[in-house]
Amino acid sequence: MSADKQESFSFSPENLEKAKAIIAKYPQGRQRSAVMPLLDLAQRQNGNWLSEAAMHYVAEMLDLPYIRVYEVASFYTMYNLKPVGKYHLQLCRTTPCWLRGAGDLRQVIKDKLGISHGETTEDGLFTMTEVECLGACCNAPMVQINDDYYEDLDADIMAGLLDKLASGEVPPAGSQKGRRGSEPFGERTTLLEKGDS
Amino acid sequence: MPKLTVDGVEVEVEAGATVLQACEAAGAEIPRFCYHERLAIAGNCRMCLVEMEKAPKPIASCAMPAGDGMVIHTNTPTVKKAREGVLEFLLINHPLDCPICDQGGECDLQDQAMAFGPLHSRYHEPKRAVPDKYMGPLIGTVMTRCIHCTRCIRFSEEIAGVSVIGAINRGEHMEITTLGQAITSELSGNVIDLCPVGALTSKPYQFTARPWELRKTESIDAMDAVGSNIRIDARGNEVMRILPRLNEDVNEEWISDKTRFVYDGLKRQRLDRPYLRKDGKLTAVSWDEALEAVAAKLKALKGEEIAAIAGDLSAVEDLVALKDLVTELGSANLDCRQDGAAIDPSCRAGYLFNTTIAGIEDADALLIVGSNPRIEAPIINARIRKTWLRGDLKIGLVGAAADLTYAYDHLGEGGDVLQAVIDGSHEFATVLKNAENPMIIVGTGALTRPDGAAVLAGLRKLAGDCGAVRDGWNGFNLLHLAASRVGALDIGFVPGEGGRDLAGIMAGAAAGEIKAVFLAGADEIDMQGLGDAFVIYTGSHGDAGAHRADAILPGAAYTEKDATWVNTEGRVQQGFRAVFPPGDAREDWAIYRALSGHLGKPLPYNSLEELRARMVEAVPHLGATDTVTPAEWGDFGQAGAIDAAVLRTPVEDFYLSNAIARASATMARCSAELLDAITGATGTDG
Ligand code: SF4
Ligand code: FES
Ligand code: FES
Repeated sequence: MSADKQESFSFSPENLEKAKAIIAKYPQGRQRSAVMPLLDLAQRQNGNWLSEAAMHYVAEMLDLPYIRVYEVASFYTMYNLKPVGKYHLQLCRTTPCWLRGAGDLRQVIKDKLGISHGETTEDGLFTMTEVECLGACCNAPMVQINDDYYEDLDADIMAGLLDKLASGEVPPAGSQKGRRGSEPFGERTTLLEKGDS
Repeated sequence: MPKLTVDGVEVEVEAGATVLQACEAAGAEIPRFCYHERLAIAGNCRMCLVEMEKAPKPIASCAMPAGDGMVIHTNTPTVKKAREGVLEFLLINHPLDCPICDQGGECDLQDQAMAFGPLHSRYHEPKRAVPDKYMGPLIGTVMTRCIHCTRCIRFSEEIAGVSVIGAINRGEHMEITTLGQAITSELSGNVIDLCPVGALTSKPYQFTARPWELRKTESIDAMDAVGSNIRIDARGNEVMRILPRLNEDVNEEWISDKTRFVYDGLKRQRLDRPYLRKDGKLTAVSWDEALEAVAAKLKALKGEEIAAIAGDLSAVEDLVALKDLVTELGSANLDCRQDGAAIDPSCRAGYLFNTTIAGIEDADALLIVGSNPRIEAPIINARIRKTWLRGDLKIGLVGAAADLTYAYDHLGEGGDVLQAVIDGSHEFATVLKNAENPMIIVGTGALTRPDGAAVLAGLRKLAGDCGAVRDGWNGFNLLHLAASRVGALDIGFVPGEGGRDLAGIMAGAAAGEIKAVFLAGADEIDMQGLGDAFVIYTGSHGDAGAHRADAILPGAAYTEKDATWVNTEGRVQQGFRAVFPPGDAREDWAIYRALSGHLGKPLPYNSLEELRARMVEAVPHLGATDTVTPAEWGDFGQAGAIDAAVLRTPVEDFYLSNAIARASATMARCSAELLDAITGATGTDG
C-alpha cells in the first residue's frame, strides 16, 4: 500500500464483537478509556496502520472528539499513522544493541532491501524503523518484526531472516542462537552453589 | 482547614487549596506558566517549584494540595536554582524573537525570564522550529514560541466546550494544533490572553501596535446585554484592541469574540458629518443647517405626530435626553423595544435577569425558553456551562435545538410544550419544583411573537408555582440582547399616557398620522414601514436607519463617550471615553440638547453631570454604579393562549447583530467561516 489515504473504515463483524467486549470492560461512564485497545484493534484489521478514517471511526464509537483520539495515536509509537509494509522491522539502535552490532543489521537491511529508517520497499513487503531500546538488551542485538522479537542476531542471521520472510515463511521468534530466554550460552556462569566452580 | 508555614509566615487556607495558593495567601509570589485559576491543574511547566521540608526534591506547588503542617520555602538557593533551570530549558527551544513578537512587553515568559531567569544562555545548538498552525480568522500563531503549557487546550475543552485544540506527538516533537481547522468557539479570543507567550496572538491586531504605546481606558462593552467589563486600548484616536477586565460578577475574565474583535467596525461606515436629504439625496451639511432644518420640521408638527424609537446601542444618558426632548415636544410616542418584544415595563423584575450572572452558579435546575444563550450572551452561556460541569444542574430547553456546549433535555420546540410545562403536566415542571434554586431563562425571541405577553405571563406563573421566587432567590430571568434595553426600560422609554408603542408608531407612520420619527440608533426595524414620515437618525454608523433617514445627526459609538449602561441583570455600570468620535460627530445627548435649543425649548442641563443628576433624581438606582438593585416581584405579562409555533432565538447571525458589527471586516470573516459551526443544531441532547 502506498497511498496514505483511506476512504472509509469500519470494524469487521468479528472485530465489532471484540470492540464491544473491550468497551464493556470499563466502568459505566468511562467507556472512552477503551480508546487504546480499540485503536490497536483497528490497526490490526487495517494492515498494521491507522488511517484518518479509522481514527474517526474509533472517535465516533467512543463519543470522543477526533483531536483526543489523534493525540493518543500520535503519542504512542506503536500506532502507525502511515501505511507500513507487511513486515514492520523495528531495529533497536540503543547502546547495548549498538555495541553488539545493530549497525551491521542496519547495513544488511539496506543492502538487501534498499531501505533505511522510515522507508518501505516498493513491493510493500518491508518497512524499517529504527527505534530505541525495546527491553531485550540481554539478547542484543535485536529486531522486532511485527509483534515478535528476534534476538541474538548478526548480519548473516538477519540476511537469512529477510530471505525467509520474503519467501513467505515466518521464522520462529526469540533467540536465533538457540538459547532459552536470556539464559547464558553454554553453562551457567553466575549464581553458582558454593564449590560449583 | 490546613495550616502551613510559608517562608516563616503561618497561613491557613481552604481545604483543597494548593501549595501555590497558600504561598500567595502568605504573600509569596510564585512564578507560573501552566497554572491558571480558572482551568484544571496541569502541572507541566515546573515553573512553580518550591521547597518543602522533608521532601527530597522541589515540588510543583500548583499541583500539590496544601497539607496541614507543611513547611514551605520559596526563597532558598534551591528554589532560585530550580527556577533558573526551568527557564533555561524553556528557552532552549524558544526563538527569543521578542523584538518582532506581538506579546513583547506583556509576555509572561519575557517577564519571568527577567525576574527569575539565569540571564544568560549556555545553549549553542540549533533550536527546533515548529510550523505555524491555522486556527481561524481570529487567532494568529507562531508555534515555535509555544512552551506547551496547554492552557489553550484546557480553555477550549473546559470553558469554551469545544474540543478542537490538542497536543499531538510527544516530547521534543510535541505540537499544539487544531489539525488545520478554525477554533469554532464564540469565546476563542480568550486563548490569546491565556497564552503566556506569543504563540497565540490576535490576528487582526497583528503587528499594529506595541503595548506600551497604548492608552488604556476601562469601559463597558455594548455588543450584548451582558455589559462585559473591557479595557479599550487606543493609540492616538484609534482603538487598537479590546481586552477583558476582571469582574467576577459579570464576565469573570472572559469576553466574547464579538466584544473583542468588533473594533475595526468602529472605523468603517462612520457617520462623521450631519446630512440632510435634499431632492431625495443625502447631502452633507453643517450642524447649524441640520439642526435648523430638523427644528423647522418639528415646529410645524403637533406633539402626537412625533415619535421616537431607541435602538440597541444607546447609552442611558442619550435616551434620557431624547425622552425629555420628545416629551417637551408633547409626544408620548416612545418605544425602546425595536424588536417588538412584549416586555412589560411596569414591573422591573419582569424584565431583568434577576438571578444575576454569578447567581447561576447557585441554580440546580434551569429551563431555557426560546433562547440560544450561546449566541445571545456567550458570557452567560459560559457561566451556565461552568455550573453544568459541576454536575448537579439539570437543564431543559423549549425551543429550536442548538449546540449550547452543554447537555440539556430537549423538551420540545413549540409553545405547546411550554404550555405543558407551565400548567405542570410536563415532567420538567416537577424537576423545577423539586429543585432548591430553580431558574428560568426566557429569550426575547419568545416575546416577539404575537403571543409574547401570554408567554411572559405563563412563565411568571411558572416561576411562582415552582418556587423560583422567594426571599433571597429570584429564578425568573429575561435574557436581553441589547446593551441599551434595560437602561431604556428603567428610564421609561416606553409609550406614555395615550402614547403609541412600536407597532402603533409604525402603523401611524404608514397612515400618515406620525409625521416625524426619531431613530436613536434603531437599525433593526422595518424601514419600509415608516411610510412618508420625516426620519431623524442619530447614531454612529451608516446602516439601515441612516439609509432611510431624512436627517442624519452623527453620534458617538460606545467607545467614544462617558456613558451609563444597565446590563440584563439590571447592573448599572459606567463606561468611559477611549477616543473621540470621528469628524463632526458628537455625543448623542449633546445633539438632543443642541436641537432643543434650536426648538426654543432648551433641555434643563448643559453638561453630562447635570444630565446625570436629573437621571438619578428620576430613577435613583441608576446612581448605584456597579450594583444590581434587586427588583420587587409583581405582576407582568398578560394571560392568554400560547401558540404551538416553534420558539427560536431572534439572533440570525451572532457576528453581525448590530450596526458596528456589520461594519467590521473581521466580523464578516467570522460570519462566513465560523457561524455555521457555532449555530449548528448538532446539539448534545441528553
Ligand atoms: S500555544 Fe500558548 S497557551 Fe497553548 S500550549 Fe503553547 S504556550 Fe501554552
Ligand atoms: S538496547 Fe536494544 S533492546 Fe535494549
Ligand atoms: S505552574 Fe506549576 S507546573 Fe506549571
